[in-house]
Amino acid sequence: MENKTPKDYSHIKDWGIDADLKNDPTYPMKHRTDAEQEGYSWERPTQQDINIEVLHSNERPNVTAVFGTSMPPSGLSGMIRRFAFKHSENSYLHWLPLLMADRVNVVEGVIEDFAHGKVPNIFAEKGWKADWEHNRSGLIQKVGVMALVTTAAVLLLTRKKSD
Amino acid sequence: MNYRGPQRVRIDEKPEPKILHPQDAIVRVTRSCICGSDLHLYNGNVPDTRVGMTFGHEFIGEVTEIGSEVQKLKVGDMVIVPFNIACGKCHFCKQGLFGNCHESNSQATAVGGIFGYSHTAGGYDGGQAEYVRVPYADVGPTVIPEGMDPDDAVLLTDVVPTGYQAAEMGGIQKGDTVVIFGAGPIGIMAARCSWLFGAGRVIVIDKLEYRLEFVRNYANCEAYNYEEMDDPVLFVKKTTDWMGADVCIDAVGAEASGNLMQTITGRKLLLQAGSATAVHWAVNSLKKGGILSIVGVYGPTDNLVPIGNVVNKGITIRANQASVKRLLPRLIDHVQNGVINPKPLITHRVPLEDIADAYHIFSEKLDNCIKPVLIPPSAR
Repeated sequence: MENKTPKDYSHIKDWGIDADLKNDPTYPMKHRTDAEQEGYSWERPTQQDINIEVLHSNERPNVTAVFGTSMPPSGLSGMIRRFAFKHSENSYLHWLPLLMADRVNVVEGVIEDFAHGKVPNIFAEKGWKADWEHNRSGLIQKVGVMALVTTAAVLLLTRKKSD
Repeated sequence: MNYRGPQRVRIDEKPEPKILHPQDAIVRVTRSCICGSDLHLYNGNVPDTRVGMTFGHEFIGEVTEIGSEVQKLKVGDMVIVPFNIACGKCHFCKQGLFGNCHESNSQATAVGGIFGYSHTAGGYDGGQAEYVRVPYADVGPTVIPEGMDPDDAVLLTDVVPTGYQAAEMGGIQKGDTVVIFGAGPIGIMAARCSWLFGAGRVIVIDKLEYRLEFVRNYANCEAYNYEEMDDPVLFVKKTTDWMGADVCIDAVGAEASGNLMQTITGRKLLLQAGSATAVHWAVNSLKKGGILSIVGVYGPTDNLVPIGNVVNKGITIRANQASVKRLLPRLIDHVQNGVINPKPLITHRVPLEDIADAYHIFSEKLDNCIKPVLIPPSAR
């Protein structure tokens, strides 16, 4: 659908007589040009080879000239991400599934670690060594609470079984 | 650096990055920082943050390889790498909006590409590593001037430009009262830069006493602890002769504390795109007709803010990711001339291998941490 703003405004009486370039609230961050009214028309940079799966927002027609290749979608989280990208950035059906996929991805990461014979050192990954150096009482309190909760849970479960 | 899930990171061996585009360069990192906005990723608040990704958008280093179309850089150059990835050709880059490039982020149209900042910002591995792939190498990276301290240089990738632009977007007029929420590195820098734009009074509000003490000395401004106030908005009104501030700056973003409902809904339950306490306080602290400048980072969904008061008070809101490329020439001059002295913000220099501890120290504000810098083995 053609919906371009006309460039000739002579048919509109007094068009632009009060225009003030410096009244742009984004000034001076934005240097106005006429180009912004021309749509998607700049000379695009060379396209990076698309040899991995790149999900792109459905609010744009294409993959950008360059893109990150960090972690292509895979597994169950990848399926959820593909679903999310069917919906626009305006929709909760885009963002909430992505958050869910992130959480699923964490579980996939643990499984992947075990599959590669690696046991994740959760304490080291959480940086608790720094707590030992700089916040020892806080760490002891945190571990104490965890031990208490775990003991209570074990007692509760064993009692139910023995009942 | 390898993200494994909320509040879990570790060091792993990953393949060295390769040139994937003729305008790419490969940079050997010599300094990288952990940014306050990295904590949003670290805490799992930014959608599409994938396990296995490397964070880090504040880094400098040595060019070790260039693509066939790169003309302005050569192997061996030491470069400041702006955190935003910009093509320099699209409408937005041509307007100086280098943080809003339309050719660097396929996954979202609302933001340009950012190094190491989730797939919502393009899916690029970042600089908390030994080597990084840097796209559009002729556009963003800037050769570090001879004699510049690398600690100053690394803070020119984000902290200095973002703090400066926060003040710039405030449209500060001579004599204005500027209130800055947040005494982290960005808030500290915004306080210093507010004076450069002619502020008449600069007030910083936070809850961490050691940071308030730092900003008081560093930026020669007033600094107050909101935990010692009944109501920070009422405090601002009283201290401005019941008028409110001319300009407020949100230098906190999604991790804000100070409002229980915002904390629970924004940070714990993720029902909002982070806790919007700073925006809430800023809107209500402003004078009628005032300007709110937002550089604090939020997620892409919604936040609870008093939009009715924005309308009724006639407030102008200005916000953006810093346009680092646009600002660098001016800010390099400021650093070289001693107008801005970034280095004192760095409180912790940590080997890259200890990244999990560095994140924890920064996240929990342990050991009076303001800004941690990571140093890879090859740069020690």
